[in-house]
Amino acid sequence: MNDNEKRLVDLVADMDEDLALALAQEMLDNGDDPLRILELCREAMDIVGKRFENGEYFLPELILAGEMLDQIGGLAKPLIKHSSDKPVVALPRVLIGTVHGDLHDIGKNIVTFMLDINGFEVKDIGIDVPVAVFLEEIKAFKPQVVCLSGFLTLAFDSMKETIQAIEAAGLREGLKIQIGGGQIDETIRAFTGADGYGLNAVDAVNFSRISTGG
Amino acid sequence: MTENSGAARYAEKMKRVMDAVELRQPDRVPVAFQATFWLARYGGISYRELMYNYDKACEIARRALIEFDPDLFYPVHATTLGPLSEAIGFKQIEWPGHGVGDNQPFQYIDREYMTADEYDDFIFDPTGFYLEKYLPRIASAFEGINELPKFAGLYYHQLVANMRHFANPGLVRSLAALQKTAEEALKFAQSRIEFHAEITALGFPLTHGTITNAPFDYLGDYFRGAKGILTDMRRRPDKLLEAMEKARVLLMRHALSAAKATGNNFVFIPIHWAPDSFMSDDQFKTFWWPQFRKMLIEMIENGLIPVCLWEAVCTKRLETIADIPPGKAVYWFERTDLVRAKEVLGNIVCLRGNVSPSLMTTGTPEEVDASCRHLIETVGKDGGFILDGAFGIPDETPLENVRAMYQSVRKYNA
Ligand code: B12
Repeated sequence: MNDNEKRLVDLVADMDEDLALALAQEMLDNGDDPLRILELCREAMDIVGKRFENGEYFLPELILAGEMLDQIGGLAKPLIKHSSDKPVVALPRVLIGTVHGDLHDIGKNIVTFMLDINGFEVKDIGIDVPVAVFLEEIKAFKPQVVCLSGFLTLAFDSMKETIQAIEAAGLREGLKIQIGGGQIDETIRAFTGADGYGLNAVDAVNFSRISTGG
Repeated sequence: MTENSGAARYAEKMKRVMDAVELRQPDRVPVAFQATFWLARYGGISYRELMYNYDKACEIARRALIEFDPDLFYPVHATTLGPLSEAIGFKQIEWPGHGVGDNQPFQYIDREYMTADEYDDFIFDPTGFYLEKYLPRIASAFEGINELPKFAGLYYHQLVANMRHFANPGLVRSLAALQKTAEEALKFAQSRIEFHAEITALGFPLTHGTITNAPFDYLGDYFRGAKGILTDMRRRPDKLLEAMEKARVLLMRHALSAAKATGNNFVFIPIHWAPDSFMSDDQFKTFWWPQFRKMLIEMIENGLIPVCLWEAVCTKRLETIADIPPGKAVYWFERTDLVRAKEVLGNIVCLRGNVSPSLMTTGTPEEVDASCRHLIETVGKDGGFILDGAFGIPDETPLENVRAMYQSVRKYNA
């Protein structure tokens, strides 16, 4: 890693947004490989994720890190000439959404972020997601793990309904379902028939790892 | 019930609650009743009807009061805002009958109602910012209010001449819509005043007379939105701090005058952004607690009793938030372990809570009973405790479980 590369990783990991963006722009202007820039961002995100797990970083940092990633991605992606020659490794797939009736999305976004930087291909289908949409997305995306998020007590029923519908549609086979969010505990896991529940994003990563044989 | 028995009952309940607040041992653990849409289930009507029918809502609330006989009672009009929200064209929530299903609770729309570059406008002149930008964004009746003359800075002949703005079509429309809103607001207020007088006469004290928020939560929830406020902590910390200082003064002004107007000293403060998982200890001590502590102290100095609902898990905050005068407030914890909270705060503040929502909604009455008993016997030991749900009665709670909770205080003692 050359000096600029190392600096970029540090700036992003240390939340120095303005300098990080300026340096990324400068490196791209100097002809640095845009794919390499994105790779460096990934490395920075790994550091951010570790700091989150260690209790050094919290929501403000995770959200800002996500924004920096988007912005640098916005600068770099248009400059990518053709897709890389590296063979694409198929990552384990996780589908995540907030169940119907519930609009809370901060917790879900954090889970998405952590899964993403921990080597999963995550598809986030948003908030207030109707049962039918979960079914369609499962058919199309073919995830190994489905994560249901919810913070309201009404989400208990929404989760149960969603899981029952997945079962009724014959999609439960080979699929692991995990639930999480503010009020979720073992009682609710049993009530909804999920395979697991998690209190935080680290739990979500661990569950997905185990479920996908990682 | 005779008038006298109502007054005696009121005094008895108030004494029990104040014993708890002032950290004495009451005759038994007091229990609060905070139900929102659960009342619709209890009364056999839709959430939507509860939202739109003042009389029906009051009738059901009265029935619940008499059945459960709690020591504190949450104002029912929090869930009868349908007609008024309709009249003002409220855009920050969707409610049953308007945007969500007839049996779904209302939803707050988390959005940027103030953009990042508007901090300076807010800080320089909050009222101007409200009129110019904020109000038209949050309710359609205010669309056009931004055509008002910008009074501040106008004087003498200019001020008089500028009155022509009151003929602007947008402003005329807005003022008419607001007048219509006021008619509904009067009906709403009338219903509330009558109901409160009636239940006071029956002998039930209200949980609070007014509500306020921490400066951070006010700006986070209602102005910047979740993503906005969290990134502001990193991107523009000085602006955020300055705006909070301003907000604190505005919030205090309202809290003091509203409490005075209602004659009820309890001020309810739901707390959204303090949880352990939201920000670091340093950030909490920079952006959240000092501003809020000032509010708490000012309320206490004015004879008010802040009732703080610390949402989610706030275990790591306990030592910090212990820094208030003893026996002057209530800390209601949603998911923080109350046994742990008692260790840290037992000599400082009355605790309230926190029967688990998952237990209330999916457990058996025996399990609810056991959980209440545990809270009464451990957290209620030596007084300073009010039994309640984690955030009141969850909407989905079966009736038998609610009964079990209100019977428990009569069965067990600390
Ligand atoms: C912030 C907040 C809001 C924000 C949401 C902003 C947003 N864009 O999401 C706003 C202000 C908009 C809001 C609105 C409302 N809210 Co709210 N809100 C909260 C609060 C304080 C925090 C929730 C949160 O975002 N946490 C952030 C995350 C990061 O923290 P965390 O929980 O530690 O996160 C971890 C876990 O949840 C986990 N996780 C999350 N999803 C998943 C999924 C899986 C699979 C796994 C394994 C893990 C996992 O991983 C996360 C990261 O580590 C909670 C309190 C609470 N107890 O949770 C109330 C709370 C959930 N809200 C509540 C209510 C009532 C509402 C409103 C109805 C308020 C109103 N009167 O308008 C509306 C309803 C909106 C709707 N229909 O969804 C109640 C729910 C009560 C109930 N009846 O169920 C709560 C419990 C507050 C209370 N004490 O009353 N709210």
